[in-house]
Amino acid sequence: MRRHLKHLRYVMGENPVTVFAFSLFTLILFLAIFGPWITPYDPLATEAANTLKPPSWDHLFGTDHLGRDVFSRVIAATRLDLGIAVSAVALSFLLGSALGCSAGFWGGWTDRIVGRFSDTIMAFPLFVLAMGIVAAMGNTVENIIYATAIINLPFYARVARAETAIRRNAGFVHAARLTGSGEVRILATQLFPNILPPMMVQISLNMGWAILNAAGLSFIGLGVRPPAAEWGIMVAEGANYIVSGEWWLAIFPGAALMLAVFCFNLLGDGLRDLVDPLRRT
Amino acid sequence: MQRREFLKHLGVATGASVLPFLKYLPAEAAGRSDTLVVVSGSGINSLDLHRKGTNRPSYQVTVNIYDRLVRFGVKTLEDGSLAYDSTKIEPEVAESWTVSEDGKSLSFKINPKAKFWDGSPVTAHDVKWSFDRAVSLGGFPAVQMKAGSMTKPEQFVVVDDMTFRIDIPAPSKLTLPDLAVPIPFIINSKVAKAKATEKDPWATEFLHKTAAGSGAYKMARWDPGQQFVYERNDDWALGTKPGVKRVIVREVPSASTRRALVERGDADLYMNVPAKDAKEFEEGGKVGVSGAPIDNCLHVLALNLKHKPFDNVKVRQAIAYALPYKEIVAAAAYGRGKPMFGGKDMTPADITWPQPFPYDQDFDKAKALLAEAGLKDGFETTLSFNLGLADWQEPTALLIQEALGKIGIKAKLDKIPGANWRTAALVEKRLPMHLENFGGWLNYPDYYFFWAYKFGHLFNSSNYKNPEVEKLVDETLHMETSEPQYVENVKKLISIAFEDVPRIPLYQPYLDSAMQKNVSGYASWFHRQLDCRGIAKV
Amino acid sequence: MGSRLIQVGRRLAQALPSVFGVIVISFVLTRALPGDPAVYFAGAMADEESIEQVRRALGLDRTWIEQFLIYVGNLANGDWGMSLSTGRPVTEELMQRLPASLELTLLGLGLAVAVAVPLGVLAATRPDSWVDHLCRLLVTAGVSLPTFFTGLFLVYIFYYLLGWAPSPLGRLDILYLSPPQVTGFYVIDSLIAGDGETLGAALAQLVLPAATLGLFALAPIARMTRAAMLGALGSEFVRTARAGGLSSAVVLGTYAFRNAALPVLTTLGMVFSFLLGANVLVEKVFSWPGIGSFAIEALVASDYAAVQGFVLAMALLFVCVNLAIDVILTLVDPRVGLDE
Repeated sequence: MRRHLKHLRYVMGENPVTVFAFSLFTLILFLAIFGPWITPYDPLATEAANTLKPPSWDHLFGTDHLGRDVFSRVIAATRLDLGIAVSAVALSFLLGSALGCSAGFWGGWTDRIVGRFSDTIMAFPLFVLAMGIVAAMGNTVENIIYATAIINLPFYARVARAETAIRRNAGFVHAARLTGSGEVRILATQLFPNILPPMMVQISLNMGWAILNAAGLSFIGLGVRPPAAEWGIMVAEGANYIVSGEWWLAIFPGAALMLAVFCFNLLGDGLRDLVDPLRRT
Repeated sequence: MQRREFLKHLGVATGASVLPFLKYLPAEAAGRSDTLVVVSGSGINSLDLHRKGTNRPSYQVTVNIYDRLVRFGVKTLEDGSLAYDSTKIEPEVAESWTVSEDGKSLSFKINPKAKFWDGSPVTAHDVKWSFDRAVSLGGFPAVQMKAGSMTKPEQFVVVDDMTFRIDIPAPSKLTLPDLAVPIPFIINSKVAKAKATEKDPWATEFLHKTAAGSGAYKMARWDPGQQFVYERNDDWALGTKPGVKRVIVREVPSASTRRALVERGDADLYMNVPAKDAKEFEEGGKVGVSGAPIDNCLHVLALNLKHKPFDNVKVRQAIAYALPYKEIVAAAAYGRGKPMFGGKDMTPADITWPQPFPYDQDFDKAKALLAEAGLKDGFETTLSFNLGLADWQEPTALLIQEALGKIGIKAKLDKIPGANWRTAALVEKRLPMHLENFGGWLNYPDYYFFWAYKFGHLFNSSNYKNPEVEKLVDETLHMETSEPQYVENVKKLISIAFEDVPRIPLYQPYLDSAMQKNVSGYASWFHRQLDCRGIAKV
Repeated sequence: MGSRLIQVGRRLAQALPSVFGVIVISFVLTRALPGDPAVYFAGAMADEESIEQVRRALGLDRTWIEQFLIYVGNLANGDWGMSLSTGRPVTEELMQRLPASLELTLLGLGLAVAVAVPLGVLAATRPDSWVDHLCRLLVTAGVSLPTFFTGLFLVYIFYYLLGWAPSPLGRLDILYLSPPQVTGFYVIDSLIAGDGETLGAALAQLVLPAATLGLFALAPIARMTRAAMLGALGSEFVRTARAGGLSSAVVLGTYAFRNAALPVLTTLGMVFSFLLGANVLVEKVFSWPGIGSFAIEALVASDYAAVQGFVLAMALLFVCVNLAIDVILTLVDPRVGLDE
């Protein structure tokens, strides 16, 4: 344990940007968990008399077109956005690795089918596929998560397959077989943990991408339903107010979104450094 | 002007002519003062209004490049802006007309000065061919013609080359106005018939992409998805010559971009401005706003009687007493709406339509009514709205949701994309509580009731069925407004609407357009599209 | 050369099942869309009867299997169907709109490469310095914002406030007519026609949207360049070159960069395909008449043929681009064969 901590401190020391990313991540996590309790106003409470007021001491980020406090909404949105990102990526990762590992381990027809399937998904312009899925199934948060998960599947499947295929004839696998472990058990307990490192980076990058995806869907009207507070939909709605001078509706959620995605992207690098110093880029 | 300067220098540097547009725009030196640049959010998809699948924005084209037998006049409103006058019918292709004694025949004398673009005169044969087409191709055009009692080609008679007659089964006040709506436009039948085939006797393929008309403007150019350009027909003799030589209508999907363009002066006219932008343009003073309440149109909250508990009139009235009317007009309509609440009595004083309903926000009354209905703890339901109209429907829905929550009604919001809206709301009529915005083209209250209160009719998304209303509407629809029974019937209809409230009016919307100060002559029309014929640039 | 062709052919054959899968999925997806095109296109105030008429005219009253077979049959004949929302054949729409999107994407990619590659090289020559970190921060920031937000922001600053950029009205300002059609790329066509005015106008309209797209593509390209350069700079032959006394400029340019080019090229292919999909949002903001805006309208209107046509076209484009990249790779580096 101490060795790991020392390693962590070393990596942090080398790379101030990673420290920044980790601290930001902690802040985001904190807001996601405790957000709803610390908002000064109810993020859903409208106040028709107080619409479109610029930032003031009363309303740190101003009010939106229905009089709701933007600051509270930005904080409350952290939970929803993080939730979407984590669920979508977790789903994608689990399904994708399962498929990829099976393909890499057993080869043959499994490999071919999984390969074709992921090729087909990748042949779609990804955002359009997400649009299509959400349009067809209805724009609920669950469907947005499913759509994002589906379009990210191929990446995980590919990496999992490649990494598993390399290792399937390694010594430790044979050893496990000799001791009587079943095939699936070997796959789950021996091979899977070994392929985690390269996936970590992909996971954090994907989390950022999942949030951007949800924002894009909101811009064309296929995002979460109102009055839910979600950064993407706040930016999409606020974008229309920039030209008329009410910049605070879009800038603050936009900044929050950018910081979160930024954080996930940098986090990916940091995780890579932590896990595999040979591959630092 | 920086940008234009830069480009000019680029032109000089490469040896091109100094004035860029001279080289590129056809023929005459068309300066900016002769061209009107219009920005619109949606594109047209056909030049043929009778064709299946022609979208709403395409109606604009028919208005400007084709003529009809008659047209509505224009009146000036109190604030100086212009709007169409539903009571004044003026000649267009028909220079005069007579109605027979029994009211069942209308005869039109065709103006000999009416000529198609190819120089040939407009004859009664062309009119008949066009009208036959309007009722034969089906879809929306046939339905609209039916409202004027025109359903079969046999009703259209060519008396002689310059005289055209329409026979209707019973006299109706709606027939003449129905001839001024965009649908019965007059096509150059010789040109069209030459392009017709056995499989396509009405030349739909040809007329879809090429216009063959007599209108004040010709279609000079159509780049689908980008823009289309009208050029003035200098031989048009059926009215005052249009003031602008060329009109360029550019498709710009993003509302913010449209606004930016108008504010910077790069666009002259912006139709259908969202309420907030309209309000701000007016306050800013740099850009002119012309807006008028849309005749015979209401933004309402509709309750579906097929879904319990909306079949109980007390529940509907309770909701009518709970809505945040003032906030909706302020926050969703930005004041660009005529309030439709706060009426004095349960019976109407006159037959102005739309008129305020006798409800206002009163939570005590609302809760009492709910208790009477046996629902004092409230209930759960879904509030649906049309994503395509989100700019006013979303804030309205949010405000309503919040207000209903205060009397115990938990409404879940349901955003339905525009393409699916009509099926869900109007065809299947399956939405329990939703926002609706029907506006009738013909400005009569009975016309509104015909579409929105008769059971099974398209805009009656409430599944409202009342035998008394059915009888009254059938009696009144074709009655002349001058008959004494007319006023009585309409008053009865309105008082039933007050009492039963399957549709709770929120406000009467404005149709706002923004334009540069040097644009004059813009008028608001019932079809909510741009009629360029009256516009001039000062 | 013969074996090369065989390899290319085999690659194409491998891609066929994916393309077929795309056709099937797009068919099912469009049919799953909740809208009913018959109702949408029967128009306002149409009743049951007229809607049924429209439905029959559109062929939507047949079973799915029948519709699918008809569709595939038509595809084989080159008939991609008719777009209901624009009233034109889908092939015509695509042919007109694809060059618009391609021009934008290529320019965006070009801008991104012009900025990202030098940044990546710079970062690689000074690893872990503040320059390196700054580069990383900059490019990551570019990819962390939603494209439509960047676009609108750029419009606000450069057009609305400063007036430097032309009005975001589409490919050409109103007063210019498009150059005679040769490729559909206005820049190329105006060069061919020798038309400086239009060239300038077209480029002016392209700047902001291309910059928006380019910002988004900076990160992956810069990172890959940096990683590849680092790898190349640490390799044996570079050490040998340095030991042999060659100047650092020569080492960097001739030896390191050439070898780093490969993974960068692969990334370019991926980024290009990704950008084509992300076009959708940028096109909306800048009123760009490309395939992205076409796709959104078609989706919202449940315009089956248009959506299917669009997806199929993109899939085919994707396959071609990947194939082209693979071929270029083999040309650049003979070690890389076309076989997997």
